[in-house]
Amino acid sequence: MDRDNFRNTTMLSRREILLLCGAATAAGLPFSGVLRDAEASPGDAKKLLVDLTGGVEQQKGGIKITLPAATDQARHVPMRISVESPMTEQDYVKAIHVVAERNPTPAVASFHLSPANGKAEISTRIRLLQTQVVVAAAEMSDGTVRIGKARCKITGGAGGCG
Amino acid sequence: MRNQLHIKVPPTAAKGEVVRLMTKLIHPMESGWRQRQDGQMVPKALIGQFVCLFNGREVFRADLESGTASDPYLSFHVRVDESGVFRFVWSGDDGTRFEKDAPIEVDE
Repeated sequence: MDRDNFRNTTMLSRREILLLCGAATAAGLPFSGVLRDAEASPGDAKKLLVDLTGGVEQQKGGIKITLPAATDQARHVPMRISVESPMTEQDYVKAIHVVAERNPTPAVASFHLSPANGKAEISTRIRLLQTQVVVAAAEMSDGTVRIGKARCKITGGAGGCG
Repeated sequence: MRNQLHIKVPPTAAKGEVVRLMTKLIHPMESGWRQRQDGQMVPKALIGQFVCLFNGREVFRADLESGTASDPYLSFHVRVDESGVFRFVWSGDDGTRFEKDAPIEVDE
């Protein structure tokens, strides 16, 4: 990409960033308030999860979601999900859905698995706009849905002003 | 052109072994959350579909949404019972497609 053009269209200068932060503070908003309008609520995320999993009652346990406790790299947060399952023809994980409650759009990803996987463990990197709880739901082959949560604190980067 | 699709597959495995596969795509994965200086939103542009095939059979699929980071990376596991070829396919709604193959040798 043309570097100069990129600067002109997408970047704020230091002065503009300071002005924006100043305006937000003057209006009594936290810095992240600039983006608050677009943000999803935990209710939206819950509804999305119900839509994805088909409204089956959700059980806790049997699924582990690993996130760093705190990070300043909000654009690339490493996440690992592992589900306790033998991954045989009789008992396996069908799908894993991931939702971030306080992102502008809560959907993160859906993973579709089969007995061919042998092990229900997935790693990826996600975006988190601010400190929040990430929820993962695992659809099992017997029709049950397991749910796991992890909280990640965003100490800078995309979650703050700039 | 710059290599955008990276994959990692072990060259050999024992029969029935569960191997870890990794893939990374160099792509901005525009989330649709970003605003330009002129107030316009940067349109969403995702490579939202990832499929891994083994000898033509689907073994893993991922639907990625805005919450996935740029330069998306995925790691997952597959049990291998025979020698064959893994095919990694990333595709976007706009028709963009990235593909790469990697063979694996299984000791019988």
